[in-house]
Amino acid sequence: MAETLLDIRGLKTWFKTEDGMVRAVDGVDLRIDRGETVGVVGESGCGKTVTARSVLKLIDMPPGRFEAGTILWQGRDLIPLDQDEMNQIRAREIAIIFQEPMTSLNPVYTVGDQIAEVIALHQKLSPKQAMAGAAEMLRLVNIPNPQKRVHDYPHQFSGGMRQRVMIAMALSCQPKLLIADEPTTALDVTIQAQILELMQEMKEKFGMAIMLITHAMGVVAETCQRVTVMYAGKVVEEAPVEALFGDPRHPYTQGLIRSIPRIDRAVSRQARLESIQGTVPSLLNPPPGCRFAARCRFATDVCTQAMPPLKEVAPGHRVACVL
Amino acid sequence: MAGSTPASLSADAPAAGVVQARKARSISPAIETWRRFRRHVLAVSGAIVLLIMVLGVLVGPSIWAVPINEIDFTAKLQGPSLKHPLGTDDLGQDLLARMMYGGKISLAVGFAAMMVALVVGVLVGAVAGMASGWVDAALMWLTDLFLALPTLPLLLLVIYLFRDSVKQVLGVEGGAFVLIVVVIGGLRWMPVARLVRAQFLSLREKEFVEAARALGASKVRQVVQHILPNALGPVIVVGTIDVATAIIFESTLSFLGLGFPSDVPTWGSMLRDAKDYLDIAPHWALFPGAAIFLTVLAINFIGDGLRDAFDPRRVL
Repeated sequence: MAETLLDIRGLKTWFKTEDGMVRAVDGVDLRIDRGETVGVVGESGCGKTVTARSVLKLIDMPPGRFEAGTILWQGRDLIPLDQDEMNQIRAREIAIIFQEPMTSLNPVYTVGDQIAEVIALHQKLSPKQAMAGAAEMLRLVNIPNPQKRVHDYPHQFSGGMRQRVMIAMALSCQPKLLIADEPTTALDVTIQAQILELMQEMKEKFGMAIMLITHAMGVVAETCQRVTVMYAGKVVEEAPVEALFGDPRHPYTQGLIRSIPRIDRAVSRQARLESIQGTVPSLLNPPPGCRFAARCRFATDVCTQAMPPLKEVAPGHRVACVL
Repeated sequence: MAGSTPASLSADAPAAGVVQARKARSISPAIETWRRFRRHVLAVSGAIVLLIMVLGVLVGPSIWAVPINEIDFTAKLQGPSLKHPLGTDDLGQDLLARMMYGGKISLAVGFAAMMVALVVGVLVGAVAGMASGWVDAALMWLTDLFLALPTLPLLLLVIYLFRDSVKQVLGVEGGAFVLIVVVIGGLRWMPVARLVRAQFLSLREKEFVEAARALGASKVRQVVQHILPNALGPVIVVGTIDVATAIIFESTLSFLGLGFPSDVPTWGSMLRDAKDYLDIAPHWALFPGAAIFLTVLAINFIGDGLRDAFDPRRVL
């Protein structure tokens, strides 16, 4: 059993709005071991991003607040830490890359300055050494001609290149965990593959763990060892990747997998790609019971009574469903 | 004091031409802005006029080394001649020398007052923009309060009340300078504060600020390193226009006799002294008036050019 890096238990991140409490994350358990890639999947609005930002405490408070739960980072709870203490952990231990590479870089500084800033912030280095480190990071993420490119501004890079720069920035202090919040969503397909490949390569080089947030099931199948499926602020299923695709237990997971276009099943005129009917329910004062019940074709009376807890159906495979 | 905050400003990244970017090795946003500014004919002419003015008042006195207060009644109220290129006033003092001396004061007042307005405005705006909630609300109330004050009567009152005490501390000329700069700057910071606050409200939600936060940048670092440089473009534009306003205000005050002491020439006080002789010696009023007019116009054109250069939606 590998060492546990991150262990989120019963995390509830709620947002206070004028209409009431939005329970964006409502009792999430998530474990990430050293060196493994964990996928977090679900539709938009399932609380994936809020979970990720909660780990780094990037949630604005107010309106957000941690209602319950613990975020154990190598055994230490992050929730009571203040921003200064969090700054010791950010980048050095846990780093994050965002969805939007086009706007995640500051337009008024060269990319070298920005990477060097992160390095200088966390390591006692001279500006010259930090700049050399920045060029080295650019080389690692396969940006051609890094010695020259460090002096370029973000507008001189393409979207895929900027995401590479973001990865270089995030990895510049060799974090133990990289949170990738839909890192490829804004990029076109060929670039997506390159970025995922790069992340894989970096993972092997630095031995870090990755928390990959995405709604592309194909990406999950290709890169992750374990997968956590979230729905409406709750974890509905968690399993090793083979088990999840081979034997999905939760109707929501089944629906997600069925809605992947398959090349081996010819799309005839009649057979349309399957989808899950309906949308994610409002997280404002959700009803008791399983949150998926309204969209679930197996739903019974039991489902609307109480939310079924996660139970283990196979080693490492847990599912929150009465079925 | 017109509320001359340009409306269509944006803090978005300069939309640089990709072709341009390939040619040169590295194009900073500052260089890109300069490239766009150069294409603005009026702004460039404004910059040249202003440069000549500044050089004139700085270098001029050492070339045209005529004392500003040499009284010569035999040559009073003369029109332009070789001996006195801009003519003389009612005491026979050389107007060119007085213009250069006065211009130094007028321009210095303009730039210093702009700096005061910018510093106060950026501080108030930045604090309000970062600290939402009651701090923001209170600071914006204060801004609105200052905007609602009638400027000229207040200016006159403040100067009337404090002129003597400041004079005792800093001397006649220095006291007048500091008082005028502080008062003009202190009444011109509100548009800057509003602008900076608006910029901060939008910039602090930008992904690159969040990215900096996620990578361990402290609050101060986020503001100074990442937000402020992106908010400066529009502020610089307002700053240039503030210089023009401050020069006019100094003229107004001097014209009303509340600026510098009457033996110190400024463009405004020369106008005041000349007004009684408009029919017999019009050149006396014409030259300082034209100087104020040209300077203010030049600075306004520069502001226009900068605004266009900073605006990424304009293709230049």
